[in-house]
Amino acid sequence: MRAVLLIDFGSTNTKVTAVDLDTESLLGTAAAYTTVETDVGEGLANAIAILEKQTGKLDFVERYACSSAAGGLRMIASGLVPELTAEAAKMASLGAGAKILKVYSFEMTEDDADEIRAAKPDIVLLVGGTDGGNTDCIVHNAKLIAGVGVPFPVVVAGNRNAAKQCREILEPTHQTYVCENVMPKFGQINIEPTQKQIREIFLGRIVQAKGLSEASELISGILMPTPSAMMKAMQLLAEGTEDEPGIGELLAVDVGGATTDVYTIAEGKPGKANTVYKGLPEPYIKRTVEGDVGMRYSVHGIVDACGIGKLAKLAGIGKDRAQEMIDYLAAHTDALPQDDEWERLDHALASMAIDTAVTRHVGKLEEAYTMLGVTYVQSGKDMTNCRQIVVTGGSLIHTKKTGEIAAHALFDPENPASLKPRRSRILVDRKYILAGMGLLSEKYPEIALRIMKRELSDEGEQVSAAPEPKETNFVPMTQGGCGMPI
Amino acid sequence: MKKATLIIGVIGADVHAVGNKILYRAFLDAGFNVVNLGVMVSQEEFIAAAIEADADAILVSSLYGQGELDCRGLREKCDEAGLKDILLYVGGNVVIGKQNFADVEKRFKEMGFNRVFAPGTLPEVDIAALHEDLKLDEA
Repeated sequence: MRAVLLIDFGSTNTKVTAVDLDTESLLGTAAAYTTVETDVGEGLANAIAILEKQTGKLDFVERYACSSAAGGLRMIASGLVPELTAEAAKMASLGAGAKILKVYSFEMTEDDADEIRAAKPDIVLLVGGTDGGNTDCIVHNAKLIAGVGVPFPVVVAGNRNAAKQCREILEPTHQTYVCENVMPKFGQINIEPTQKQIREIFLGRIVQAKGLSEASELISGILMPTPSAMMKAMQLLAEGTEDEPGIGELLAVDVGGATTDVYTIAEGKPGKANTVYKGLPEPYIKRTVEGDVGMRYSVHGIVDACGIGKLAKLAGIGKDRAQEMIDYLAAHTDALPQDDEWERLDHALASMAIDTAVTRHVGKLEEAYTMLGVTYVQSGKDMTNCRQIVVTGGSLIHTKKTGEIAAHALFDPENPASLKPRRSRILVDRKYILAGMGLLSEKYPEIALRIMKRELSDEGEQVSAAPEPKETNFVPMTQGGCGMPI
Repeated sequence: MKKATLIIGVIGADVHAVGNKILYRAFLDAGFNVVNLGVMVSQEEFIAAAIEADADAILVSSLYGQGELDCRGLREKCDEAGLKDILLYVGGNVVIGKQNFADVEKRFKEMGFNRVFAPGTLPEVDIAALHEDLKLDEA
């Protein structure tokens, strides 16, 4: 046996997964309370003790860890136009596994500088302007950031013509890293170099700053923020390796207590010939985080998004009672459902969390009536033909109704403009192994892939209630897509 | 000398793509940086692109007769967005029917367009106008 330990330092729990490289199998998983304030090693030792109760004593040949402890990788990004470089900065940060505290656009103000000072981000990403384009904004913002007086590292990835000037402004006060422009040409996204840089900074200094280095003697490497591990796992599962095929394009949802993360590994290009694509091209591996959608800390955000009426109806509970229960959950974030009524509420909340987060993640298709007939305007990813949905998160993996809840990620006839999958197989991460498999994939991708294929539980296919697409589903054109209301 | 940067596109719900491609090629060949937004471009998209690319001019095409409606307010929005004195051109079949071009030109100039080009204008005419307005030939 060659046992490998995979550790996920979370904000509240340290989760461990043990695998055997020789048999390519999962040995066990366990979790214990994280104690970042004192010593992360303690939480880890407790988790391993629980694990070894199931498996017997294990001698680990390698140990890898990812971390979202102490708030995760907390970033602030600043760009020029909200829909363009500021959006690209957001994509780059989310794709690097960061938690975004705030995205600024245009020239920042003194008040913004105060906000940044108070927020104490781990990294600030500064972008703006296409190459050869606007330099005023990024230079202005560099000066403002230089004066903040908190020594966070800054990644500059804007107009290359301003890069040197920004470096000179920032270098005396901040560790400054210059990367290729996130948007070198209009509408062209180039976020990988920035993501690579963010990850290097994470490894180099964030890990130490967050008190994780005490545990690192036990660990062969802290490799990445937890969302990156999740993203690696999803990419591997979709694409496969040279020798082991993947399962194809997929959508994944992680419903947490505070946020709901959605990942797509898919091109999502327009499917119809007469479709015009609008807006930024989207990354093939896309991650979005809904900070206002979560089962406990952000439970009110779910209600704000879908309405108490819809939620109460779905749970089969009276409106007033539902509201009362939701207020309780927000105040008692460690509450677990105790009886049938609470379970139904949790199911309804998880369903609406998935619905809201997936709707925001995927693209839209709107019909536009032009002089030449009907034209479709797509923005974002078309996921209607995605046939696989992977779900994880406590509220989904500890219930038998996962398939039913996950079906809320599917196409909704009441919102036909949203390009959600029409029918899809639901795969559930019952043993909570995905982040671990992302870590394992760094060195042993084939083993990680085979374990995922075996351990993800297939809940069968869910089909949208909507009929297959017809040319008649009328969607009124709204301002924005083409500039004039029809 | 820095190359002049142009933003081009077909405004509104207009999907006429051929002239747009011809102009794109012609402007590239004439030595401009060109950001081509293609068809069905909103005023906001023209402005956003012009800000990021630090453009010298926005060239709006309209072929389907709704140009007057689509173009109204573009200059004001440019002013609002800080694109002070950016050059605005418009061309194509910008209005419906056979109207006196001088009247049409006057209306669009009142809307803040620096130049208005009649149907059938060759790219060379636009290029010459750009050279003149952007003072590209002055040393």
